[in-house]
Amino acid sequence: MNQTIVEARNLIKHYKDLNALDDVNLSLSANRIYGLLGRNGAGKTTLMSILTAQAFATSGEALVFGESAYENDAVLSRICFIRESQKYPDDFQPQHAFRSAALFYRNWDQGLADRLAEDFQLPVKRRIKKLSRGQLSAVGVIIGLASRAELTFFDEPYLGLDAVARQLFYDRLVEDYAEHPRTIILSSHLIDEVANLLEHVVVIDKGRIIMDADAEQIRGSAVTVSGSAEKVDAFLAGRSILHRETLGSLASVTVDEVLSGRERAQAQEMGLELSPVSLQQLVVRKTMAGGAGASATSGDFANDTLEARR
Amino acid sequence: MIDDSKPIFMQIAELIENGIVDGSMAEESQVPSTNEFAAFHRINPATAAKGVNVLVDSGILYKRRGIGMFVATGARAQLVARRTEEFFEQYVKPLALEARKLGISTEQLNSMIERSSGLDPETGTDKERSAAL
Repeated sequence: MNQTIVEARNLIKHYKDLNALDDVNLSLSANRIYGLLGRNGAGKTTLMSILTAQAFATSGEALVFGESAYENDAVLSRICFIRESQKYPDDFQPQHAFRSAALFYRNWDQGLADRLAEDFQLPVKRRIKKLSRGQLSAVGVIIGLASRAELTFFDEPYLGLDAVARQLFYDRLVEDYAEHPRTIILSSHLIDEVANLLEHVVVIDKGRIIMDADAEQIRGSAVTVSGSAEKVDAFLAGRSILHRETLGSLASVTVDEVLSGRERAQAQEMGLELSPVSLQQLVVRKTMAGGAGASATSGDFANDTLEARR
Repeated sequence: MIDDSKPIFMQIAELIENGIVDGSMAEESQVPSTNEFAAFHRINPATAAKGVNVLVDSGILYKRRGIGMFVATGARAQLVARRTEEFFEQYVKPLALEARKLGISTEQLNSMIERSSGLDPETGTDKERSAAL
């Protein structure tokens, strides 16, 4: 059931003056929906490109279905990688792209592709060059879903898609995944929109994986405590603080910790307010905390700890 | 409907429990499949299945092979008993704490609770008072 289908060991990718991937270790299990999250330039696309054999790692090893994917048709035909800006031949129409995909992917479902094209109101006989940004994204989304590849990567597939079309994508993804379980890696900046779809979350920052955990485990792993600054600080003394905001004598502090039932009751008795931290907020805090730690020691936000303030 | 306050599978389990307690999901009736829950709430099917399984483990739901999930007989009584126990912690305690903060005496609190028995369960308005106006 929890068969590993992707295994990356000590992956390093150097560009001229940049470590795009800095010793990445990752393993992905079959039939789960993963979220690959991180800021622009964090290394998400580089990682996906290497796993799908579209780029070479400087060092390290990447195995997909137990083998290297490079020039390995047996492996590549089981992988679908939908890039943010996929290039197509100049005179291609969406229907040509679908026909090529049908030849390549053995699980291709033409009926699903037709239904999706209708749902997204995609003009399948217009030249791809003439499509809008959103329609171009729809072509990718349709190929990604209808290919039913055992391992499907969506790299920010939503550019130019409006809120309605994005919701359509998420709905169709959940429906089709429920009927045809497979491994899906969804890279996205719109974390709030996809958070509930994810079973597992991988966060990458500056080429390093800083979070790799089940979504349900992350949910509730942080909490924001607010109230009078004095009481908040007394309550949170000695805890690892992700973020701190103050307004006059009030403070709102996010800690990266789970509070026990007793601690919650204690906070309530002290008149403190506890509020949940969304996955998006948590990722923002985590990636900001890392940035502040590396680049600045001003300690005025994000990387602030109570000890430092005293 | 789904928020960030606690794990989604717990929220799914609670939603089903609420349906059983308020009678909209009768005992021995079939509950939606995990895929239907996933599609409806736009959540991961594995998460929906986890929520349903919590209720199977506690005997609230049971599985009929090849057909689906059903509400067990006695599920409502079991849930009401458990929720009555939780009622003190979740509602009475914070109520008493807030009352103390505001300097409301136990007598005043009791009279407020008595007054609330005249509330219309639909609108939350005071029936006697609105009739008097």
